[in-house]
Amino acid sequence: MAESAETAGTAPLWAVVLLPVVLTVVALAAAGFDAVLSAGAEHGRGAGRGARTLRAAVAPVREGIALLARQRRRTTADDAALGRIGIALVPLAAVLAAAVVPWGFRAVTDPVVGIVWFNAMEALAWAAVWLAGWGPNSVLSLIGGYRFLAQGLAYELPHMFALTTAALGAGSLRVGEVVRAQQGMWFVVWMPAAFAVYLLSACAMAFWGPFGHPLGRDVAGGVVAEYSGVDRLLLLGGRWLLLVATAAFSVPLFLGGGHGPLLPAWAWTVLKTAGVLALLIVGRRLVPTLRMERYMEFAWLVLVPLTLLQALVVAVVVLNR
Amino acid sequence: MPDVAVFWALGALAVVSGVMVFRFDSMARATYALLLSLLCVGGLVIVLGLDYLGVVVVLMMTIEMAIMAVFMVMYMMNPAGLMPMSMLHNKKGAAVLCTLVFLLLAAGIVLAPWPKRSGRPADDPTKALGTALMGPHILTMMTLGFALFATIVATVVLATRRGRYDRFGDDLRARTADDPVRGGVGR
Repeated sequence: MAESAETAGTAPLWAVVLLPVVLTVVALAAAGFDAVLSAGAEHGRGAGRGARTLRAAVAPVREGIALLARQRRRTTADDAALGRIGIALVPLAAVLAAAVVPWGFRAVTDPVVGIVWFNAMEALAWAAVWLAGWGPNSVLSLIGGYRFLAQGLAYELPHMFALTTAALGAGSLRVGEVVRAQQGMWFVVWMPAAFAVYLLSACAMAFWGPFGHPLGRDVAGGVVAEYSGVDRLLLLGGRWLLLVATAAFSVPLFLGGGHGPLLPAWAWTVLKTAGVLALLIVGRRLVPTLRMERYMEFAWLVLVPLTLLQALVVAVVVLNR
Repeated sequence: MPDVAVFWALGALAVVSGVMVFRFDSMARATYALLLSLLCVGGLVIVLGLDYLGVVVVLMMTIEMAIMAVFMVMYMMNPAGLMPMSMLHNKKGAAVLCTLVFLLLAAGIVLAPWPKRSGRPADDPTKALGTALMGPHILTMMTLGFALFATIVATVVLATRRGRYDRFGDDLRARTADDPVRGGVGR
């Protein structure tokens, strides 16, 4: 993929440095918004609402700094190396996946197989979470890790079909081409099922919201149960980075990327990404935590046929064009 | 030049992590060492200019090894590697066999009359691969698909303790399946 870095549509080299920073800032904003909603639900309206909202909005930053100052925890007979590799891989995979997401019409890199690359990085994060659960030699962490493996088997197949459908509509695996193909009509208009499935799997991939069972309260935090300090920060922060990356990727895939009237392309990307993130963050409050064996059955009996039908419709349209 | 350096670096890392699969005591480490080795192979394929195949190797092998870790931990003795163990068996015989095979293959590389390159690589290897798979090789792909699917079904049938008679009764007349885990679709 070295040769593809020179193609049009790639950002200058300094974007490589900027990308993790932007991703972190967006993740902090999203986590802040989530905390504000939680605080609002807890306290309702009343005196001191403004101050409370402000406190909640910066809560993720405060918690992050507090975690940095806290000591790491080691357990007996742990596999520290594997655990730390797993922890580090989660945010790393999120950043590597985000490298192919175009801001406006320019991505850090726009390889010919960008969609497959994104999917591969997501899979890497998935495998990494099991490692993080294995590391501390603790039952609860390991249960969390196994839960996420099982969850992956449920969401990954419909997710791949949703990605395939977008690529099929554009006739290319290059993310730039997918955006270009949506100049007239956004893919979400004629691929609504694929878009909905993609949003579901975006949450599942980030083991967040209704899919937070691997980190569930019933297993005392699951994968993160034994982690403290910077380890915990990387894992929980990496989860938000993954969520932001997958939500942002839905914009070039289904929502027309930077296309839109009046505003510049980058502004449309930011607006649409913020919209998708807000939808997910508000929406997660309406859905209870899903057990993976239940989602498994739903995913394979309902979502897989649904996405296959969607792909068939798109294929027929593309062949008749 | 940088391509060549990357090629050799990835190749060396692939071999080293492949060896480490047999050196580690822990099954989790062994599995993920194998994953690292296969990721390097995926990188090698990308360096050779086959982007799609390379990234697919990375994607598939990651998923495969994460699943394999479950089975390794489940079936091997001493999964966490808390005690030393060896995965090597029949050391002498294996060493002799490996040396012979290596010599044979190396002799083949050196002695075979390699043909001159004819034609040139396709502009878009991904597209060339797709047309080859969906065109002249479609029969192979269909046969493979059916064989794989039959294997999956057979494995599940052999592995599952509960069949349809357990789920729907001896006369298969039960309206809802009797499953240990409730929930899911239609229940």
